Amino acid sequence: MNAVPGRLGHGAQRSKWAGRVFLGFLWLSLAVGFVTLGALLVQVFAQGYKWVDAVLFFEPPSTDPLIAGAEPAILATIFLGLLLLAFTVPLGVGTAIYLEEYANRERWYNRLLEVNIQNLAAVPSIVYGILGLAFLVRGLGLGRVLLAGAMILTLLVLPTVIIAAREAIRAVPDSIRQGAYALGATKWQVVWRQVLPASIPGIATGSILALSRALGETAPLLLVGALTYVAFNPTILGEFTALPVQIYQWVARPQDEFRTLAASAIIVLLGILLTLNAFAIWLRNRYERRW
Amino acid sequence: MSNVTVNLAEREQQLPPKEFREVVFDVKDLGVSYSGAKALESVSLEVYRNFVTAFIGPSGCGKSTFIRCFNHMNDLIPGAVVEGTILYHGENLYGSHVDPVEVRKRIGMVFQKPNPFPKSIYDNVAFGPRVLGMDDSLDDRVEKALQQAALWDEVKDRLKAGALSLSGGQQQRLCIARCLAVEPEVLLMDEPASALDPIATTRIEDLMHELKRDYTIIVVTHNMQQAARVADMTAFFTVNRGEEGQRIGTLVEYDATSKIFTQPSDKRTEDYVTGRFG
Repeated sequence: MNAVPGRLGHGAQRSKWAGRVFLGFLWLSLAVGFVTLGALLVQVFAQGYKWVDAVLFFEPPSTDPLIAGAEPAILATIFLGLLLLAFTVPLGVGTAIYLEEYANRERWYNRLLEVNIQNLAAVPSIVYGILGLAFLVRGLGLGRVLLAGAMILTLLVLPTVIIAAREAIRAVPDSIRQGAYALGATKWQVVWRQVLPASIPGIATGSILALSRALGETAPLLLVGALTYVAFNPTILGEFTALPVQIYQWVARPQDEFRTLAASAIIVLLGILLTLNAFAIWLRNRYERRW
Repeated sequence: MSNVTVNLAEREQQLPPKEFREVVFDVKDLGVSYSGAKALESVSLEVYRNFVTAFIGPSGCGKSTFIRCFNHMNDLIPGAVVEGTILYHGENLYGSHVDPVEVRKRIGMVFQKPNPFPKSIYDNVAFGPRVLGMDDSLDDRVEKALQQAALWDEVKDRLKAGALSLSGGQQQRLCIARCLAVEPEVLLMDEPASALDPIATTRIEDLMHELKRDYTIIVVTHNMQQAARVADMTAFFTVNRGEEGQRIGTLVEYDATSKIFTQPSDKRTEDYVTGRFG
């Protein structure tokens, strides 16, 4: 009769300890990631924060580190970003709409398309650089210009945008489409007026995340001709550099001051990327739909 | 069941006799299969104007499949094949030249789970008229539809509010208003109240009584008492087993509701309506 209270106190001791060890392991994993990242960030900030000033933003680079700035690089990164959005969003969303709403899954070419999009997302970025050099710079005769850089970055992140857009479109419940069809809407009207508006938050989030990845890429830009010393502001059909490339160039210089400059430029680049990512997260939280 | 019987008898007397009934749909030998597997076979019946016609039967008997034939919604399911004929005012709905969009303008549908669009109440009701090019005097159309769906008084001050902020019963009435805004002739309702509480259900049923003055209504329901309450004609479906054991729906009996519930001709109907199975 009194056996039960005693049992309630001492049950399953071993699994409690196992639980604690597991939790400890999780905390350790978290710590390794955060501490490493934190250490890197702190080091970069400590080194570079003093030189994040007007000179960095508004002066062209120079062999004298005291007057060198990253204005061409910053401008080029911004231009690349805008061109990237202009190219990837229509292409990516269009492909996603085709695959989700119009394609007949049974057909072999559609299946081939689907498999290849997943594959493309895994291709190393330098391969895209070689591709860009062969087809855009030389093949199409564009030359080593900003536009070629934007196009190659588009190809790099397009699979990501397509996948994100497809997820967003798929998340729209079928009941919405059925309701719209039942009212006499054509397929195009259903897609344009119901499915797309409802998937804009997901598409926007995916696009911004893809953009922030592209802006940090160096290898493809180098191959497509981003010069490492550019003293003039970029134009779309002109030669260019970009922030990651500029950082790379400065780090390679012998003088210590250039290392410090590189750290400042890293801070700027990180600032741009973190702002973009924060904006994407805010967008997602604000417009997240609970179906 | 007795006072329902009295009401049924009264209602049967109020129905116009056969000669005065106008046929809206004449279904002849309709069958539906999904990717080769037969789901419904050999259904023939007539649906009359300004009647509420109910399809009842156990689950899997093909009633939803059948009602979706009337507005070409089965076209949206890949692999769905419809055989047979449905004559809509004498014209074959499944003729080769028929445009599903034109069909759906005239034959609207309300679904089991309310599915308002993630837009404002106004934009929900206005969606149909806008896509069909009926966007003159949109405000009046929206108001008229919401009045007919008995929802106007509850939402007239907040037409710009999101449709998803409404309760379940209100959302379903919004879906009905959405259908009515395009001025259809027929309303198809696939278990419109099964996701709602009893009070909301009663309001939908009262709405059906009012709407049948201007529209022809076909309703699928698994709730027999509901069919007894609202329907003028009732069709009872059941499931047969095919040779390979697949479930095929078929029509057993179709008659005035009072007859189905009080003096059914087929034993299967009798078993179902008296609750011996179901």
